[in-house]
Amino acid sequence: MAKYRIYDCEKTERITKLVDALFDKMPEIESERAVLLTESYKATESEPMIMRRAKAFAHILKNIPIVIRPNELVVGSPTKTSRSCQTFPEYSFQWLEDEFDTLATRSADPFHISEETKKALAEVHKYWRGKTSSELATSYMDEKALLAIEHNIFTPGNYFYNGVGHISVKYGEVLEIGYEGIIEKAKAQLEKCKISDGDYIERATFLKAVIISCEAAIDYAQRYAELAKAEAEKETDSTRRRELEIISENCRRVPAKGARTFYEACQSFWFVQMLIQLEGSGHSVSPGRFDQYMYPYYKADMESGRITPDFAQELIDCIWVKLNDSSKVRDLASAEGFAGYSLFQNLIAGGQTPEGLDATNDLSFMTIQATMHVLLPQPSFSVRVWNGSPHEFLIKAAELTRTGVGLPAYYNDEVIIPALINRGLTLAEARNFCIIGCVEPQTPGRTDGWHDAAFFNMCRPLELVFSNGVDKGVQIGPKTGDVTKMKTFDEFYDAYKTQTSYMIELMVNADNAIDVAHAKRCPLPYLSTMVDDCIKKGKSVQEGGAVHNFTGPQGFGVANMADALYAVKKLVFDEKKITMAELKDALEANFGKGDDNAEELTVQIVKELEKAGVKITEDKIAEIYSSVKNETANADNLRAAEIKKMIDEIPKFGNDIEDVDSFARDVAYTYTKPLEKYTNPRGGKYQAGLYPVSANVPLGAQTGATPDGRYAKTPVADGVSPSAGKDVNGPTASANSVSRLDHFIASNGTLFNMKFHPTALAGREGLESFVSLIRGYFDQKGSHVQFNVVSRETLKDAQKNPEKYKSLVVRVAGYSALFTTLSKSLQDDIINRTEQMNF
Amino acid sequence: MSNYNDVSGRIFNIQKFSVHDGPGIRTIVFLKGCYLRCKWCCNPESQEYKIQTMVTGGVEKTVGQDITVGEVIGKIKKDMPYYRRSGGGVTLSGGECLCQIRFATALLEGCKDNGINTAIETTGFAEYEVIEKILPYVDTVLMDIKHINSYKHKEFTSQPNERILENARKIAENAKELIIRVPVIPTFNDTVEEIKAIAEFAKSLKGVKRLHLLPYHNFGMDKYEGLGRKYELKDLKPPTAEHMQKLLAVVNETGLDGQIGG
Repeated sequence: MAKYRIYDCEKTERITKLVDALFDKMPEIESERAVLLTESYKATESEPMIMRRAKAFAHILKNIPIVIRPNELVVGSPTKTSRSCQTFPEYSFQWLEDEFDTLATRSADPFHISEETKKALAEVHKYWRGKTSSELATSYMDEKALLAIEHNIFTPGNYFYNGVGHISVKYGEVLEIGYEGIIEKAKAQLEKCKISDGDYIERATFLKAVIISCEAAIDYAQRYAELAKAEAEKETDSTRRRELEIISENCRRVPAKGARTFYEACQSFWFVQMLIQLEGSGHSVSPGRFDQYMYPYYKADMESGRITPDFAQELIDCIWVKLNDSSKVRDLASAEGFAGYSLFQNLIAGGQTPEGLDATNDLSFMTIQATMHVLLPQPSFSVRVWNGSPHEFLIKAAELTRTGVGLPAYYNDEVIIPALINRGLTLAEARNFCIIGCVEPQTPGRTDGWHDAAFFNMCRPLELVFSNGVDKGVQIGPKTGDVTKMKTFDEFYDAYKTQTSYMIELMVNADNAIDVAHAKRCPLPYLSTMVDDCIKKGKSVQEGGAVHNFTGPQGFGVANMADALYAVKKLVFDEKKITMAELKDALEANFGKGDDNAEELTVQIVKELEKAGVKITEDKIAEIYSSVKNETANADNLRAAEIKKMIDEIPKFGNDIEDVDSFARDVAYTYTKPLEKYTNPRGGKYQAGLYPVSANVPLGAQTGATPDGRYAKTPVADGVSPSAGKDVNGPTASANSVSRLDHFIASNGTLFNMKFHPTALAGREGLESFVSLIRGYFDQKGSHVQFNVVSRETLKDAQKNPEKYKSLVVRVAGYSALFTTLSKSLQDDIINRTEQMNF
Repeated sequence: MSNYNDVSGRIFNIQKFSVHDGPGIRTIVFLKGCYLRCKWCCNPESQEYKIQTMVTGGVEKTVGQDITVGEVIGKIKKDMPYYRRSGGGVTLSGGECLCQIRFATALLEGCKDNGINTAIETTGFAEYEVIEKILPYVDTVLMDIKHINSYKHKEFTSQPNERILENARKIAENAKELIIRVPVIPTFNDTVEEIKAIAEFAKSLKGVKRLHLLPYHNFGMDKYEGLGRKYELKDLKPPTAEHMQKLLAVVNETGLDGQIGG
């Protein structure tokens, strides 16, 4: 008998209906949470913050509207309508109020908001002025750090304005002993304390807050039990009535007590997942190793014949739909950086057990199947790959990749486990890792990883080298000297390192300020019930209750800086083809392209002048416009364009050229190594990530031209991937280059994007070579890879803009080839073919 | 070990991540020069040994470079991890690798020394003494049989087929693995009878189990123009999928394991 049951069942009609229903209406902003939160806060002003948070959580759960959506088998919704969201004024609110009237019409993640909701929110916001975590963070922050943020060197915006999230809790423990069991644990700890102990006050207050939070979750489920019962009584369809009765029984049982069946485990899991996201506003609350902690329930049900695989699959599919039923409103800029309403609930299948055995089981396959059934962006689905991963598991994952949904992301145990051990985890903890959010590894239930702590734009310090630390007329960085007088490359490189290290220090200050602000204003007692060792230590996650505490700000633009510094070394110092002064001029002239956005710049200047009270006439505008234009026209554009051409001819990262790649490895160290020495207020360490989410585009728009030939305001390279269009030697060469970076030190995660055409994965053979490609990359110690299996639209764009798609692989006839190297007629043929693709 | 690293040869392309010319993920080295002039050839720039200029997308491009075995092996070795995981390796294509026997043999000897799986794609049109030299270093021979009728063979490829058929027998006796490939070209060899004749011949070869039917495509058309040449098969349509299935059935009837595409 085969070791795994690979079961390719069809999705049920229910799932189709549930998926369709998600998109019935535009997501909406609802006000109930904010109103209830504020009511509770007003009533508890004299109490300690942790207690106020617990009481507010309980007040919300007791009164927030509850709803069971048609056809649901797993219930619990934080909002009345699908894909909608509550708001969290305790973190920040001003941006929301400012954007009230544009939310519905903006291009990135629009939300409907009723006049009534606006009014309700505006009313409660009055209470929150001066009381938010973001305001406290600002007041803690060093002025120099604030200045660096203002000048877009780094952006700690995520936690500055929102909750932290980025965690995977002990789902398994709730499934096993329920919140009643956790309450028992808290009570036992409480009994151990003497009221005269020095730490009694804070410890006991925390433990009491834990108990209140657990009881709130139990009561919330009881509300659903009542609602399901009432709906069952009204239901005329007998099948649905029975379903509602079972739902009612489930909610009566879990999460109060341990789950006895797989179905109960699914319901219990969902309450945990949903309620964490109702307590705080942080995203990337990640289910992690779902196939591991759910498996005992599945196995027992299968063995006793209590469940059919089809029904188990349908339940998993239902959860997958639920994971897409929540969303989160962000300010316009963040919405662009995290486009797609995403909550980054990462769920991972496969890998190893804490004992180092292969962990793949039937549920691992079923989670892949669920993603194929719903074809939705959530959960952010990942798989772990190690030397012992079953081949059929990876083939099944590759089948999912082939659907073009961009999932799963693949993670390499052989890198991540040692990388985590290097950060102080035990072998068993490291083997049990899951992924948080985008690409960040942690051991679940014991870690507060603060993974998405800030975006650090690695290109900006280089700009500061050229300007001697000045940005827009302000001295924001150290004076590293006149760049045109630097005698050696080392001197130049040292200046870059100095600017980078300085900015890293400021970023640490900013992150630590935000960290403390969360501990003071937004501790999360409910979340803390499910993270070791909060109950034992008697403090919340935000105050350092977790066993492992990290802060992981991510750098991006490695490829740009590798290419830029390499080009400077070659052209200015080794070959002396250009002088530094010429390069500086060329960068300022945007390589002769001038400022594309003269109009935009003019509008900006006009606005600022108006703000300053200057009267603006039509003539004045024309004058400003021509001066903006002229400024660029005056530069020696011809020479600048020549320099750009020379730079383009210098070898680039991503082409399997050892010399360039080892250079890139060293450049990445300029960010990853200095960061290692810092500690955070929770007593943990800093660790670097190298990934950009989608921020490489908006933050690239704030970056001037760079010496790698990148034009001003264009996107910066994503993650550790080569710069777009610079890797021209195919997927294996690109992967080889990326593997030459040190992925072990970037233990907060690295992100490598590859693009393939669906035809490259056609047939069993296509899947086989695809899996071999991943294996080959991972053998060379790459940490993560994900695939964009591209569409016809992309191919058409590739035809129009071949320079952007130089590494796009397509399957041609009997072979695969780089799309842009093919003749026009062949390209047309492939484009036409894709429409008929049918897997 | 002989010093093969300095042997020089002429190639026009090295294509990585190829999955259809031999097992697994492969690197294809395209050698320049061929004895045949097949009218359907999709790599017309491979035919002449001399270095040429070809216009692609309005830009003149030099086709062909001289390179040593050591340099090529350096490039091939870069994808070792992928060969290992997929059972892949290197395939010599062209052009006709037998035209540069010293270089081709040295290159494959070097690959074997590095533990790389090897394959050649060949017309089999050479003295057998030449072929004999390379066989010890080849794991898989992918050899074309284009037509059984020598007259028609000559009309479409510029050469008769007697030597090719004779070599096929000898290669079958001596190679580790021989796979027969048939480019299916309408108006040339795409009838049931013609394919049947080829398949029966292939079946009669010692140890041959597999036959690939490669449907005609006109993807090389633009290159003829780029070389200032006329593409004679301009109006030829590729065989339909149904017709290919029919031919596949004919192949499988002989007891061979047929497949469409490489």
